[in-house]
Amino acid sequence: MDSYESNLNKVRESGVDRLFSFANYLILLVVTIIILLPLIYIVSASFSSPQAVISGKVTLWPVDFSLEGYRAIFEHQRIWVGFGNSLFYTVFGTLFNVVMTIIAAYPLSRDDLIGRRFFTLLFVFTMLFSGGLIPTYMVVRDLGLLNTRWAMILPSGIAIFNLLITITFFRTTIPPELIEAAHIDGADDFRTFFRIVLPLSRPIIAVLALFYAVSHWNSYFSALIYLKDQNLFPLQLILREILIMNSVSASMLVDIEDLVAREGLRELLKYSLIIVASLPVLIIYPFVQRHFVKGMMIGSVK
Amino acid sequence: MAEKLNKGPLTRHVPLGFGLLQLSTIGFRLRRTWQLYVLLLLPLIWLLIFRYAPMYGAQIAFKKYSPALGIEGSPWVGFDNFTRFFESPKFQPVIVNTLVLSFYAIIAGFPIPILLALSLNQVRWRFFKNAVQMITYAPHFISTVVIVGILFQFLHPRIGFTAILANAMGLPPPNWMGNPDAFRHVFVWSGVWQEMGFASIIYLAVLSTIDPALHEAAVVDGANRLQRIRHIDLPGLMPTAMVLLVLSTGRVLEVAFEKVYLMQNSLNIGVSEVINTYVYRVGLLSPVLDFSYSTAIGLLKGVVGLILIIAVNHAAKRLTNNSVW
Repeated sequence: MDSYESNLNKVRESGVDRLFSFANYLILLVVTIIILLPLIYIVSASFSSPQAVISGKVTLWPVDFSLEGYRAIFEHQRIWVGFGNSLFYTVFGTLFNVVMTIIAAYPLSRDDLIGRRFFTLLFVFTMLFSGGLIPTYMVVRDLGLLNTRWAMILPSGIAIFNLLITITFFRTTIPPELIEAAHIDGADDFRTFFRIVLPLSRPIIAVLALFYAVSHWNSYFSALIYLKDQNLFPLQLILREILIMNSVSASMLVDIEDLVAREGLRELLKYSLIIVASLPVLIIYPFVQRHFVKGMMIGSVK
Repeated sequence: MAEKLNKGPLTRHVPLGFGLLQLSTIGFRLRRTWQLYVLLLLPLIWLLIFRYAPMYGAQIAFKKYSPALGIEGSPWVGFDNFTRFFESPKFQPVIVNTLVLSFYAIIAGFPIPILLALSLNQVRWRFFKNAVQMITYAPHFISTVVIVGILFQFLHPRIGFTAILANAMGLPPPNWMGNPDAFRHVFVWSGVWQEMGFASIIYLAVLSTIDPALHEAAVVDGANRLQRIRHIDLPGLMPTAMVLLVLSTGRVLEVAFEKVYLMQNSLNIGVSEVINTYVYRVGLLSPVLDFSYSTAIGLLKGVVGLILIIAVNHAAKRLTNNSVW
């Protein structure tokens, strides 16, 4: 692509093309600003004073710079319990997901596996049809997983899209000759898998870990249906209470007498909370963006 | 006579021997690859428990489920749960809401990532391109809860960005979240805002595989950029676009229901109640839990969805030669 661009650069651009190019940059600029606008607004408000927020003065720059919102978060125990829980579910959930996906994908990528098509179909079918919300809930209930940390980890198991990109990865990057050579040298399938396939799979493991980790960190619905104990709640459920249901426990605001200031802090807290909750993903994101892109691309090559 | 006796086993010998040979290679291959099955065992057990057991449990859609009697013990009631849904006053609005929301989301969400990819593909200034990509992909990684939280704050009728903007222009501040007429627009366009960048990745990937010789030839022939986009880039994207369209129309009954649920309130429930939120409400939220009724609605949705995706895929194959499988 680079070479063709540089070739084309040698051809002088016509007036129409230059006009088009200019319009194109302009449109992209506007789109980018539209994407950024809500984010800038949230960041600005989170660094403003409660009074400025509640009186509707904050737009795209902090007004009366203050860190009150962040201070209120740091003093709120439940948010940190939620943060810890989310971290736990994300780390162990991702570990479980990645291991399961890899050990399922490798056999399914091998042409000499008898019943390969059947097993693949067994997995893919669940992408098109499922038993539904209630029957799945009943299975989790009957296994005694309700209201346990297991319910946050086991049911998610394997995402079929991720399984398919992993199979594609194995089929395209690990030549059958390599496996054959290992077999001829006397290695059995376990040995081949652990000594040859796994070391070559680092890129796909990175992609899988990222996909799964983000979905664990961001998910709220399984926690909503499977968990009752507040001490097990992931961050997203706490966020839902504060951001969506507008319930901030009174104890957080107890030392503020002024009603307006209290109302202000209640709103301000939401802005800071949005930032704090998204920060882990958004900090890591620029460094791992290319992995996500790679994953999407493997997915697009059937 | 002797000839005849000999003939029997002889004629049978070929297929029989062939079968044995085949059997023994299967046996040999199984023996040689048994360790692969060991690897596959755990995922298969997981699949059976968490994906296929619920399909078995879905039989309660045809029963009157009671926890005391269990899945097998509960009495059969035929299609009672289904007819109850069809006759319910909720049936029509729930179906209409689901379809309107889905098709609106598809119509708005389908072309925009394609346009974004075509546009980004024209950018030669690398820094600009990378910056736009990084910024437009970012909202994809924000959780649904936070996205809806951002919507609440940004569109807040008093302190939100849109309210302040309206005030500054002397207009009455809009109340987006409390207005049932605005629900669909807010839902769909915030979805476009969140996903347009990430959805464009796949199209950019396809564009990078288009043969540069096509562009060079077009330039030699005097085609301008817009003409090259129309006659080279766009046709190059069509197969992928068709496949994605098939997939999304096959899933019209699903909607992004976790987001719908978070955006739901007593004011907009008339337009925001979709099949999945209704299933959840009836099954797990109402004071009298009705597992069978809820499962029946879910199953109906699942079966219709399955038929739909097969039909749409078939149609796409006939019309354009592109299909998912």
